[in-house]
Amino acid sequence: MAEPTPSLAPARPPTGPRVWNNPRARAIIYQVLVLGGVIGAAAYLIDNTLTNLAERSIRSGFSFIWHEAGFAISEALIDYQPNHSYVRAFIAGLLNTLKVGLLGIVLVTILGIIIGIARLSTNWLVARLASVYVETFRNVPLLLQLYLWYSLLTEMLPGGRDALSLFTAFYLNKSGLMYPVPVYDGIHPFMIVAFLIGCVGAYAWGRYATRRHEATGVPTPRFWPSVGFVLGLPLVVWLIGGAPTAIDVPQMERFRFVGGWHVSIEFIALLLGLVVYTGAFVAETVRAGILSVSRGQTEAALSLGLRRGLVLRLVLLPQALRVIMPPLTSQYLNLMKNSSLAVAIGYPDLVAVANTTLNQTGQAIEAIAVIMAVYLTISLAISGFMNWYNKRVALVER
Amino acid sequence: MINLAERRAASGPVIQMAGVNKWYGEFHVLKNINLEVRSGERVVVCGPSGSGKSTMIRCINRLEEHQKGRIVVDGIELIADLKQIDAVRREIGMVFQHFNLFPHMTVLENLTLAPMWVRNTPRKEAEDAAMAYLERVKIPEQAHKFPGQLSGGQQQRVAIARSLCMKPKIMLFDEPTSALDPEMIKEVLDVMIELAQGGMTMICVTHEMGFARTVADSMVFMDGGEIVEKAPPTEFFKNPKSERTKLFLSQILH
Amino acid sequence: MAPVSSVVAGSAPRPPADSIGVLGWLRTRLFSSVLNSILTILCIGLLVWIVPPLIDWMILDAVWSAAPPEVCRAAEGACWALLHEKARLILFGRYPYVEQWRPLLAMTVLIVAIALSCNRNFWRPWLAGVWAGTLALFGLLMWGGVLGMTYVENTLWGGLPLTMILSVFGMVGSFPLAVALALGRRSRMPIIHALSVGYIELIRGVPLISVLFMASFMFPLFLPSGVKVDELLRAQVAIILFTAAYLAEVIRGGLQSIPRGQDESAKSLGLNYWQTTTMIVLPQALRAVIPPIVNTFISLFKDTSLVAIVSLFDLLGSLRLALADPLWRNYFIEGYVFVALIYFFFCFFMSKYSQYLESQLQTGHRP
Repeated sequence: MAEPTPSLAPARPPTGPRVWNNPRARAIIYQVLVLGGVIGAAAYLIDNTLTNLAERSIRSGFSFIWHEAGFAISEALIDYQPNHSYVRAFIAGLLNTLKVGLLGIVLVTILGIIIGIARLSTNWLVARLASVYVETFRNVPLLLQLYLWYSLLTEMLPGGRDALSLFTAFYLNKSGLMYPVPVYDGIHPFMIVAFLIGCVGAYAWGRYATRRHEATGVPTPRFWPSVGFVLGLPLVVWLIGGAPTAIDVPQMERFRFVGGWHVSIEFIALLLGLVVYTGAFVAETVRAGILSVSRGQTEAALSLGLRRGLVLRLVLLPQALRVIMPPLTSQYLNLMKNSSLAVAIGYPDLVAVANTTLNQTGQAIEAIAVIMAVYLTISLAISGFMNWYNKRVALVER
Repeated sequence: MINLAERRAASGPVIQMAGVNKWYGEFHVLKNINLEVRSGERVVVCGPSGSGKSTMIRCINRLEEHQKGRIVVDGIELIADLKQIDAVRREIGMVFQHFNLFPHMTVLENLTLAPMWVRNTPRKEAEDAAMAYLERVKIPEQAHKFPGQLSGGQQQRVAIARSLCMKPKIMLFDEPTSALDPEMIKEVLDVMIELAQGGMTMICVTHEMGFARTVADSMVFMDGGEIVEKAPPTEFFKNPKSERTKLFLSQILH
Repeated sequence: MAPVSSVVAGSAPRPPADSIGVLGWLRTRLFSSVLNSILTILCIGLLVWIVPPLIDWMILDAVWSAAPPEVCRAAEGACWALLHEKARLILFGRYPYVEQWRPLLAMTVLIVAIALSCNRNFWRPWLAGVWAGTLALFGLLMWGGVLGMTYVENTLWGGLPLTMILSVFGMVGSFPLAVALALGRRSRMPIIHALSVGYIELIRGVPLISVLFMASFMFPLFLPSGVKVDELLRAQVAIILFTAAYLAEVIRGGLQSIPRGQDESAKSLGLNYWQTTTMIVLPQALRAVIPPIVNTFISLFKDTSLVAIVSLFDLLGSLRLALADPLWRNYFIEGYVFVALIYFFFCFFMSKYSQYLESQLQTGHRP
């Protein structure tokens, strides 16, 4: 506007000390005080720690990790011997943690979805049983369940040659589960490559199907072609490679089993405990997610003439998944963190290895720092991935 | 160009805004706002949504911070100084579109809260004053209910009474009737009209043109973050100067 | 005799017999489709397979009276004689046998206080006083050393009272820290925000056992030499620090649920930051998240069992102590079932209470 800026009447001058009343200055003062307090406390603790370490003549630092560990690890995914270094022991422990955690996440997803859907079943008996399962297992501490599973398995299972057997190929006894695996063949790596290519192919097929649907209006099947890509391609490669069928089956010899692969009873108890416990929580998450999609959505979609399967895929699942994913992620994280209870039943996970190291070397700070750093990394990685996924889902929806 | 002197020529300006600018990131919400409000003046601000009306009045009690220009309220300039801001907020009452009553307190507690904690009024005194204001907005019988138990119109009247309990010199209304069902608008407007007739300095953002005609001393039309026009209501409604004002009025008055 | 047909004709038309009553219920809830019928039969099969043997084992064939382990070995069923022998060890740990009325009384007082707190009509300021008194009385009974009660040092505490101490003090102790962290995380001051986020995410990213290890092995290093802190206090501090991070996130959820208008209208009335926070925002935010706070407490209650790993004898730790007896170790299932039932009882009750509160707070007339 062309109007000139009117001159202001003189305002009363501000009263009191100006700096303290300035919100920005005040914010800075608060922050300096808090930061000072935190740094001061930290300095005090560090100083005490250094004094104490000096008194007990413990050398701090990570140089010890290159020393010989000197303890055995009952099961490891990499070659590990007591004369290997601590760092190798830590890696063996970490791999054990990842093994039980990742397998647990897969199993708990399946179990949780089944129980979650069962809780919503119109079948009264199914819904009842599912809710009894959920209430029982989520209201009892995991550690107690782990102890019980472990005691049950080690006390109730037969020992040695009396192992329970299934198809004379799987054997279960006090010491663990023996199971058959295919004998290594040169074609196996190529099958893995084929599987990965198949995944890419399935993804590409999905894109193509969408585009074709949009361009021509003809809905293009996705599910079976994708299955074909992911499973068919490795199968073809296997056939080309001469279809090797040799399988290494565990055999009962005079005193012990030979052949096949083996997982320990500690692993089984831990996996069972984690999956059964976390499954109850995942089931509740799934149930809440499905319930969160209002009935009106189904009715509206059906009245548009969509078939049941499409209603589920296009309308219900995208909405339910958006609700389910965040709590599901935190359940995955819980499972991962709870796998640290392995230390209680003697499965050599990262925490158990660190605990042994700590007792042997007295390097408490370092051992605990390793545990925390590793779990923090795993947690941040999983939640980072899930955030990325959630964002993607949210964007796709809009 | 605008002659405000016809009423209360003697009283000086109680709100002065000079060259006020504000941005949300890159978006220029307030463009060079110049506005003076005299003591006892009733200003009605209208304009299309997103024109900056709410932002402007929220700058007056520093719920929003302006980035350029000066705002002086009752001789106190609004600068980054908590004492000054507190002093200004004590002088100004504000009524919101969504009432913003405190749902965990009874109506009476809502009314006595600020007098007791800001003005250090004894409880008895604060409650007596609160009851008097509830009488004025005609709902003394609701004093011990919780906001959730009242209708929208009753809640908004409580909100007005709550502001009045601080004995403000100025009242700001930010679309006080737009969240209300049609049958409740009148009861709120009646209270506002009564308040206006009592001589309160008021700035109302509202689209209730009937109310504007009845009580306004001046109309302010905003669009795109600027004050397009300021005029007494008779002039404003009869022959608006700007094309934008004409268009807006034709849309809103049918 | 009046013709029956006229009565029938006069009455309102009835729904088909197979859609109502017991028959209708069976039809719609158990046999509505082929798949459902199969599922129902499978479930019944499962129940028939599990339930009768379980009843035999737990009740009919079980040894109920006090008896030496040899009697149990001969019996087919559960050995509840274990509880006759070990229940007090499991429930009270190594607390001196003759003084065990004290932890029992202390627990009763605590449970009464919890029960009182469950009633929404008692959510008044005086409840805080009741709690202060309860906790003081609890400590007095457990420690003793006055009023003719012998002093019992807290290394001897154990069993259910210890579990309750760890969880109740864990909750009470973490609350102020959690509120501060939640407010800090919402603060616009970058350093305070960063410190809060850092703390919360660090703690939530690591397992409780690592925090307990830290308390067990590192706290002694942190303190000036000569200052000794016993294992119980160390574990308690670890639990408080751990719970605070989770509780802070719950409280933050509550703070986020408060509309901005509340803050603005409080400010426009002239209230300052602390007045707005303590009188307007926090009361509403905390009230909104009471159900998830109860859920946090349930998790905490279960998590305290982890102290058994750092050699404290809480309920689970005492059970392991009892089962270490070679005479009785074969009856571990009975022991675990007993302790599991105690945990279940508390957790189940609390989760039902939390659900009840949730429905109350959603539909309640009083906000």
